[in-house]
Amino acid sequence: MTIHTPTTEAQACAVVKSVIGSAIPLAIRGGGTRAGLGRPTQTQATLSSAGLTGITLYEPAEMVIGARAGTPLAEVRKTLAERGQMLPFEPMDHRPLFGSGGEPTIGAVAAGNISGPRRINAGAARDSLIGIRLVNGKGEAIKSGGRVMKNVTGLDLVKLVAGSHGTLGFLTEVIFRVLPVPERIVTLCWHGLSDSDAVILLSRALGSPFEPFAAAHLPAGIAGEAARTLLRLENFSVSIDYRAGELKALLAAYGEPELIEGSASEALWRDIRDAAVFAGTQEAVWRLSLAPTNGPKAAAAIAAALPQARHYYDWGGGLLWLGVPAQGDAGAAAIRRAIAPLGGHATLVRAPDAIRASVPVFEPLSAPLLRVTAGIKTSFDPAGIFEPGRMYAGV
Amino acid sequence: MSAIAFPVPDAAIIARREEIIAGLARLVAPEALITSADERRPYETDALTAYRRLPLAVVLPSTTQQVAAVLAFCHEQGVPVVPRGAGTSLAGGAIPQEDAVVIGISKMNRILEIDYANRIARVEAGVTNLAVTGAVMAEGFFYAPDPSSQLACSIGGNIGMNSGGAHCLKYGVTTNNVLGVTLVMLDGSIVEIGGAHLDSGGLDLLGLIVGSEGQLGIVTEATVRILRAAEGARPVLFGFPTSEQAGAAVAAIIGAGIIPVAMEFMDKPAIEICEAFAKAGYPMDVEALLIIEVEGSDAEMDAQLARIVAIAREHGVQTVKESRSAMEAAAIWKGRKSAFGATGRIADYICMDGTIPTGQLPHVLRRMAEIVQGYGLRVANVFHAGDGNLHPLILYNCNDPVEAQKAEDAGMDILKLCVEVGGCLTGEHGVGIEKRDLMTVQFNPADLQQQMRVRAVFDGQWLMNPAKVFPLEGRVAA
Repeated sequence: MTIHTPTTEAQACAVVKSVIGSAIPLAIRGGGTRAGLGRPTQTQATLSSAGLTGITLYEPAEMVIGARAGTPLAEVRKTLAERGQMLPFEPMDHRPLFGSGGEPTIGAVAAGNISGPRRINAGAARDSLIGIRLVNGKGEAIKSGGRVMKNVTGLDLVKLVAGSHGTLGFLTEVIFRVLPVPERIVTLCWHGLSDSDAVILLSRALGSPFEPFAAAHLPAGIAGEAARTLLRLENFSVSIDYRAGELKALLAAYGEPELIEGSASEALWRDIRDAAVFAGTQEAVWRLSLAPTNGPKAAAAIAAALPQARHYYDWGGGLLWLGVPAQGDAGAAAIRRAIAPLGGHATLVRAPDAIRASVPVFEPLSAPLLRVTAGIKTSFDPAGIFEPGRMYAGV
Repeated sequence: MSAIAFPVPDAAIIARREEIIAGLARLVAPEALITSADERRPYETDALTAYRRLPLAVVLPSTTQQVAAVLAFCHEQGVPVVPRGAGTSLAGGAIPQEDAVVIGISKMNRILEIDYANRIARVEAGVTNLAVTGAVMAEGFFYAPDPSSQLACSIGGNIGMNSGGAHCLKYGVTTNNVLGVTLVMLDGSIVEIGGAHLDSGGLDLLGLIVGSEGQLGIVTEATVRILRAAEGARPVLFGFPTSEQAGAAVAAIIGAGIIPVAMEFMDKPAIEICEAFAKAGYPMDVEALLIIEVEGSDAEMDAQLARIVAIAREHGVQTVKESRSAMEAAAIWKGRKSAFGATGRIADYICMDGTIPTGQLPHVLRRMAEIVQGYGLRVANVFHAGDGNLHPLILYNCNDPVEAQKAEDAGMDILKLCVEVGGCLTGEHGVGIEKRDLMTVQFNPADLQQQMRVRAVFDGQWLMNPAKVFPLEGRVAA
């Protein structure tokens, strides 16, 4: 298989133009750590961002960083950390879940709209992504957004491309807004709560003025014997002491929380972010986004239909991670039936190719929205050369 | 002023006016259809009052189904449609044209659901911005985007323009605070995008709809995030001898890892105008004023302010004035939020809305003063310092056509300057008609054609708010 590795945007345009006539479909690739996301595709060549690296812009006082799409995420993080800053949205690392190697790239974080536990407070990757350059399916280099965080000039193609998984174009450069690293991070951990009590606790905390940055619940047996309900505070140290005290008082009915700091807290949230409980298992893994109080309802309905399902919650109950046997439709029908009355969506994150080829990986769309989605795909990529079928069959 | 062109009205549509009105009359109640010239008059412009066009008719539907029926009818008849929220657009986003039907959502103003446990409110799109906060305030919650027009502007209009406000440094703009919409597409299809959950799978159509300026469909309902307010908030006034020092203080505060909930800048002319109007106690002997607001408990605010004050002192701050009561705090914000209205009392003005990289602030302030002086006019500056979103107010006399043209030209020069230094034409007001013809300054033809091809997926015939956003020349159809 041919792998194209342009080192300039102009070369990337030339690669795309060279395949338009023959309509050779291209896989779009960053570090390859998330290649298992979406539907399996039939491509004959790969367009890689590996040759497009380097920070292009970093203004700490303006809280903005730009990098070529193939820049390793680790390099972006290191550059930011040197000035006490970070990406606001805590992007998930898919390597544990997929058992993949390589280095995740900043472009793939944008293309996949990859976020983590911090999403509930600080927004998703798409909320911090303020500018892109990409090569569309006509081989044109286009831009949207820019380097300033307030920008409503024209249609927001940045949002459209964030989370399009390479189906709309080949990103060459991305610009993110960044935030200061908090002075101190502390996790409060309550033990032994049921799913529904835990989500009530998390909702009360998230509806308090004490501003948790992350809120998760690990039911009994998922990662340890007793259930754990977790709130993460990030702030100046004096505020942490005060807010932790206020939250303990507010939530006194749920018992005295354990205080976790430092590397133990970091490891806990890294595992939650990366769905680490499913690393190395044979299960199919789903990611469900729901209104938080519907999380336990969905989990209960799914458990009734799929007794072997294992689950935990992030985003205050609104993100349900689910492991089910990787057989048949990997529980797709039962899961989508369970959430249909609740609203929300289910994405099949990990499953054998055969299942991901036969089951809708992303939530199926209504007819008008499928028409719009297909139209947008064509507007960027008229010849259908970028990752055809990655998100929806035939699109 | 007549610099901005409108498309030539379609005579064939105007000739069919009676027939079109009869068709609309079959779809909505008589009181929801406005046809007389006198009653159409209030809809001929928005807050960009220099431009006016009397629409063919105005429809004020009460339900999503009525919006769908009207849109489907206009689509079938090939009649342009101009969606309208509260008509507060400073960019001319809601200005109609003679051959268009205005669809106003002002009657759709119910709050449908408030869910504190999930921290969302579901509202009809005609609800005013402030009414959302008003509905949840008693429980200590608020809706974060707070444009200066928040008393009047609608959530539907905010979604159309992706409106911001003074507090987006911490809380983001509309697109970061909307979770779902009910969208009526031009053919009358009603679609739900997003909902009470986060980050719908599939393409981010919600992100595309927000800020699309009524060109992709009409939003009739929205699910928005409501947030629990901090325990307290305290705006503090910092007066500086020069704009450069104020700008350097802003950069140093951010550099120290402090993100205040708001950092607003006013220059001397703006201070004088706002103080005369609001009596907010602004210092009059300084060249530049920052309003910096912090949030939290009293002790937290004290601690954060101590750090901010120390940084300000390192940058030569001349006056520091803390609000010591809710009334003083309200007066400080009243002064800032009434900046446009207060300016309107002393002169006509046009309000620009470019964004610049904040590092370019001293250069841009200097160049703006030169540009405006070059036209023999005056400018007052208020802006969101944390994010570089400028609002120069160019003062002129609208009864003097020559001066009016100069004001518009000066504004365009300022926006070109914003793009030149790495910024953009509009930070929160939208393109509308006002900046439409400058789009080629920020975007090259391939950029614009890509946007227009996306637009064409929703409206291949340019019927939805057609005179806006994209230059009239070189348009891409389906």
